[in-house]
Amino acid sequence: MNAIPVIPTVAAVTAITIYVPRDSTAIALGANQVADAIVAEAQERGIPVKLIRNGSRGMFWLEPLVEVATAEGRIGYGPVELEDIGALFDADFLNGGAHALALGLVDQIPYLKNQERLTFARVGITDPVSLDDYLAHEGYAGLQRALSMSPEAVVQEVFDSGLRGRGGAAFPTGIKWKTVANAQAGQKYIVCNADEGDSGTFSDRMVMEDDPFVLIEGMTIAALAVGATQGYIYVRSEYPHAIVALNEAIAVANARSYLGKDICGSGKTFYLEVRKGAGAYVCGEETALLESLEGKRGMVRAKPPLPALEGLFGKPTVINNVISLASVPIILARGGAFYKNYGIGRSYGTLPMQLAGNIKFGGLVEKAFGVTLRELLFDFGGGTASGRVIRAVQVGGPLGPYLPESLFDTKIDYESFSAVGGTVGHGGIVVFDDTVDMAKQARYAMEFCVAESCGKCTPCRIGSTRGVEVIDKIVARANDGEDQPRQVTLLRDLCDTMINGSLCAMGNMTPLPVLSALNNFPEDFGIEAVQEVAEH
Amino acid sequence: METKAQVAAIIAELKPMPGAMLPILHAIQDAVGYVPSDIVPLIADELNLSRAEVHGVISYYHHFRQHAPGKHVVQICRAEACQARGSVALEAHAKQTLGCDYHGTTTDKQFSLEAVYCLGQCASGPNIMIGDDLYARVSNDKFNRLLQTKRGV
Repeated sequence: MNAIPVIPTVAAVTAITIYVPRDSTAIALGANQVADAIVAEAQERGIPVKLIRNGSRGMFWLEPLVEVATAEGRIGYGPVELEDIGALFDADFLNGGAHALALGLVDQIPYLKNQERLTFARVGITDPVSLDDYLAHEGYAGLQRALSMSPEAVVQEVFDSGLRGRGGAAFPTGIKWKTVANAQAGQKYIVCNADEGDSGTFSDRMVMEDDPFVLIEGMTIAALAVGATQGYIYVRSEYPHAIVALNEAIAVANARSYLGKDICGSGKTFYLEVRKGAGAYVCGEETALLESLEGKRGMVRAKPPLPALEGLFGKPTVINNVISLASVPIILARGGAFYKNYGIGRSYGTLPMQLAGNIKFGGLVEKAFGVTLRELLFDFGGGTASGRVIRAVQVGGPLGPYLPESLFDTKIDYESFSAVGGTVGHGGIVVFDDTVDMAKQARYAMEFCVAESCGKCTPCRIGSTRGVEVIDKIVARANDGEDQPRQVTLLRDLCDTMINGSLCAMGNMTPLPVLSALNNFPEDFGIEAVQEVAEH
Repeated sequence: METKAQVAAIIAELKPMPGAMLPILHAIQDAVGYVPSDIVPLIADELNLSRAEVHGVISYYHHFRQHAPGKHVVQICRAEACQARGSVALEAHAKQTLGCDYHGTTTDKQFSLEAVYCLGQCASGPNIMIGDDLYARVSNDKFNRLLQTKRGV
């Protein structure tokens, strides 16, 4: 893997601190080479520097973003390429000198300044695997408070925060924890669902790579709250950098008694282990994930029994998404009421949203629920990267519907989205410009389901294959029109069967992108809007 | 045979883990490059499972390979965020340049081509992974340069 090189830093009192991210997007854009070159250039010029591999601020169009600590604060330069480094030194960037890539104080960049970062408070600022850095930035304040409380009070605090699962289903986290806490069993588990497979989402990845301790702390608090002693983080194999960062952080937490058999001298035990997935999208579904952790094919289980009562190895199990668990430390540190003050309606707190696809300023935006899609797309995202108009936006991963411009004023919260047939899901927002062919996107949604269905239930397994065929027929007959209305009816029937007959979200949500494409962009299928209106 | 001894050692070490199957398969693939079919009986015996169950797991997951791949595995992201940034054209270019389709290997055994569904770099696509190395904003030219570099190594 593009391993983070160990860079000798010249130790001196006057050393200037430089930050170059170790986040995998930054690395994929050359951050390791930039870091190496900065140190080499500094050595050549005899300037003592201290290099810190921080996380990413989540402004990916600026990566690799190099920051320099100055008396005024951290000054940014980006995106930095290898050939810029000599000129940056010449411009005295180590003292905040002017240069074409200079961005001023990073905290003051509007994209960042206009966010409400609670879960992501430390991301991009700290060294992800430095426990001391974590402690210096409010880290483990939540655990310390939890250790002073009864387990019931910890569960109540999470319940009071209004936190709902950030993985997609939006089930109240406090209720899930209460069920596990009340279950009687010799062994209970905490499982983190880190199989973030939705296209357009990377907030889990950023937490794991850029602030892994916050996830470890959240899981430890969950363990104390429900009486679990063993935890697993199930990370997808597509995230090798996240696995490395988590293992580094877990080793440090173990060594300093924040994990293990006597957490912070409390006598409480919690062991934590990373398990690697194997490239099956459906393992993001909680029961399929548990099957996979048990060493089997990751096929969906029928519910009940709920995993809270009969989960991993048949024992009561808290299974939460990365962002849900990473939101827990600040809830404990500052109180449930503090968290609940953010958001609107019944969507409390903040959501780390991800601007992806054809977007000018792609990256992570953590805001309280209630921000509109339009604000995210234009105020933060700056429109498309291609400079063309935005035609469709898919929110909530490959199972989310394609939204047309007329819905851009929808507020991002669970109820508003559900009212327009949308899903907030994981907060991933994928933007397409007007060159997109929505019939092809609909076909892809079915094709993806063919590739990723676990095969347990017929509507999903067979329905997706038939779905690809029917869409092909609709498009092929766009010009002669003979059989087309019948095929469109068939597609709607098929989607209805998948929605109502599938065991899990894979089968019963795949029709969302398909039907939304058909309803909102009928011209791409070669059909007229009137036709579908007449049928409904 | 060397591989069998290596695999036996891996199984012996990881067997005590709860749910040991996936960790064992990962370790074998990391060491050997794929999961050879002739070790299925060995895993089945050690984990007290049927051969069908072990084969069922190996064939279920996209990550596990049953045949030796080329020297470098090239994975191209096919997910929507990369599609919105031009991955469909990159896929076509890659298939043409390498002269093979997905799940194929170049005739010189240097590269195997695989599809992947999201590498988590969705704001900077199209994205690819070669081995464990990630690359973002990959144009056709950048793709060609990367192949040349990997060939040279």
